[in-house]
Amino acid sequence: MERHFDEELRKLKTELLAMAGHVERSIEHAANALVGRAAEAISNIYELEQEVNREHKSVDEACLRLLALQQPLAADLRLIVAVIKINTDLERMGDQAVNIAHHTERYMADRDQPEVLVDLPEMFSETRFMVREAIDAFVKNDETLARDVLKRDDRVDAFKHKIYSDILNILQSEPKDIEQGFSLILIARNLERIADHATNIAEDVIFAITGSDVRHSPRTGPS
Amino acid sequence: MIAEQRGRTIKNVLMCSALAFAALIAIIPLVSVFGYVFLRGFSSISVEFFTSMPRPVGETGGGMANALAGTGILIGLAGLVGIPWGLAAGIYLSEYVAAGEKGAGLGGAAIRFGIDMLASIPSIIVGLFVYVVVVMPFKHFSAWAGGLALGILMIPTVARTTEELLKMVPVHVREAGLALGLPRWKVIVYIVVKGSLRPISTGIVLAIARVSGETAPLLFTAFGNQYWSHDLSAPIASLPVQIYTYAVSPFDDWHRQAWAGALVLILFVSSLNLLTRVILKPSGRAGA
Amino acid sequence: MILKSENLEAWFGEAKALKGVGLEFESNTVTAIIGPSGCGKSTYIRCLNRLHEETPGARIGGRVLLQGRDIYGPEVDPVLLRRQIGMVFQKPNPFPSMSVYDNVAVGLKLGGIRKKRELDSRVEWSLRVAALWDEVKDKLDRPGTSLSGGQQQRLCIARALAVKPVVLLMDEPTSALDPISTARIEELLTELKKTVTIVIVTHNMQQSARISDKTAFLLMGELVEFGETSALFTTPKDKRTESYITGRFG
Repeated sequence: MERHFDEELRKLKTELLAMAGHVERSIEHAANALVGRAAEAISNIYELEQEVNREHKSVDEACLRLLALQQPLAADLRLIVAVIKINTDLERMGDQAVNIAHHTERYMADRDQPEVLVDLPEMFSETRFMVREAIDAFVKNDETLARDVLKRDDRVDAFKHKIYSDILNILQSEPKDIEQGFSLILIARNLERIADHATNIAEDVIFAITGSDVRHSPRTGPS
Repeated sequence: MIAEQRGRTIKNVLMCSALAFAALIAIIPLVSVFGYVFLRGFSSISVEFFTSMPRPVGETGGGMANALAGTGILIGLAGLVGIPWGLAAGIYLSEYVAAGEKGAGLGGAAIRFGIDMLASIPSIIVGLFVYVVVVMPFKHFSAWAGGLALGILMIPTVARTTEELLKMVPVHVREAGLALGLPRWKVIVYIVVKGSLRPISTGIVLAIARVSGETAPLLFTAFGNQYWSHDLSAPIASLPVQIYTYAVSPFDDWHRQAWAGALVLILFVSSLNLLTRVILKPSGRAGA
Repeated sequence: MILKSENLEAWFGEAKALKGVGLEFESNTVTAIIGPSGCGKSTYIRCLNRLHEETPGARIGGRVLLQGRDIYGPEVDPVLLRRQIGMVFQKPNPFPSMSVYDNVAVGLKLGGIRKKRELDSRVEWSLRVAALWDEVKDKLDRPGTSLSGGQQQRLCIARALAVKPVVLLMDEPTSALDPISTARIEELLTELKKTVTIVIVTHNMQQSARISDKTAFLLMGELVEFGETSALFTTPKDKRTESYITGRFG
């Protein structure tokens, strides 16, 4: 039986997807700015940030309204609770993209520095893949995709650790590059946080679909 | 639009007037009977009518004190017979037959059929019946026999009203009683019947009003008496029989007394009807 | 565990209304029974106080154990049993032409308690527990039917409590009441469960979610799911429960 409520839920999902699209674009611009040396991409990130903040509030409002008026239960309830949490995760991802933009600006301030990006390009693509996959899992109600996201989180963490030690090694021989090195470490950390948020989204998707809470379980838990 | 509306208004007025006219026709007999009896009887009503005994033919004056008392006694006896039997039958029909009690089916149907038959039997037949089973064996007319005849006539009215009124008590009220851990008979007596006592008593009053004007069954049972009678196994006077006797006599003075008796009887029956309204009124808010 | 049913079956003539329902009720809890109209939820609780058998043509199968004893055992008197398992009905049904006081006292009076002092104190206790005392203490001699709908239903709760049952069955007790009266009764239930074990039939899922510790979902005479209320309403295990509580049927 198709309910009027199903239409409302569809609208809510569409709204959340639009926001997810903006967050993805924002991360893409961050990658272009750093890896592609396209400084002009940074202003796009700031614009998208405004957009995402607006959507963040609007999705929360819609959820609150549905909770109050429809008093959803079971799968409906789990979906709305998941949307509320995914909404927060997406907004934080957007913030992390903005942070990357700041660090990229600082990193690029000294144009004379050689391009030492270590494994950051790979970490960027791995993280973006996770974000895309988490959102896909939500759209398609696909538990398998969501579980795949959880597995990938370890790889992003590994990238971060490797980048930390690589940069520390470089700084030992070239201590004057400390400012650039520090920016890169922070960017790696921002990416790792984005991956964590993607993991959270995947966990919320699994909860919405199955009702089982997979957070903080030993195999998949984010740090 | 407007024309259509006017057509409707006119139709409405026409129908309303037709109905009002029909209602008027229906109450014409009532008003004329009442009015005529009042005109003929009122002048003969006096204190003496209520307190004196009938006088022998030729003497003017006198009253119907013995007949009034006799009717009172007969109604009392009728009540003793008709009320308990009627109540018992009504309660049985509502609480056991209508409720679908196991095994009550056939007996219940028989009782219901019997009550319906009894309600439609001409009262004179009931009188004949009592004549055969009571008067003949004891070899004389008696107040007992008269009371029994009237009592039998009360049974269907009391039983039917009791059944209908008890059926109006919702099933969940009975269930609430059972759920309190009360045995079925206590629920019926203390909750269902007690709760409907007021409307049931109006049913009883109406049954009394109905039989207090009965004449035919009394002719073969209580017979009539020109004197005071304290003996319930002797013939006893009653208002309807007295009215009948006086009305068919050739004496003008008796005719006047008959009209007076008729007026008293009519007023008595109407006041019983009014009494039922009074009984029901104050509890209107509380509901039954 | 105070009360349980094992493989409980019930018939109306040839129609089977319950097809083997097994449920267990813990002391001092509220258990809600939900399900679409005609699922047998009312019939189920009417089997728990042997009221079902009062309906002509009704019979039952299986067992119901109150404190370990089969209430359908040959030595059990249903009249005495019903003093231990009280019931409140869908429509408020104070006894007609009976005062507020008598409505509460009648079960005790007809049960053999005659002492005025004892009756008075039990009536007051019952009305206090039913959260009605303050509203009616000055009109105890008024007809029970003169109270408002919500008050009448609390009067019926007081009436049931007066005979000190260990279990209180409630058959959609708020479905005829306005939201404020409903809220008062729901509040009352969380207090009442300190005194009695409550089994409540409701067609209102939010109500079940608000007031019950455990919920059972019945469908066409069968028990589909029984569990902690919080789990049943967030993550039902059975697809049919999910469909029902999200309003896809029923």
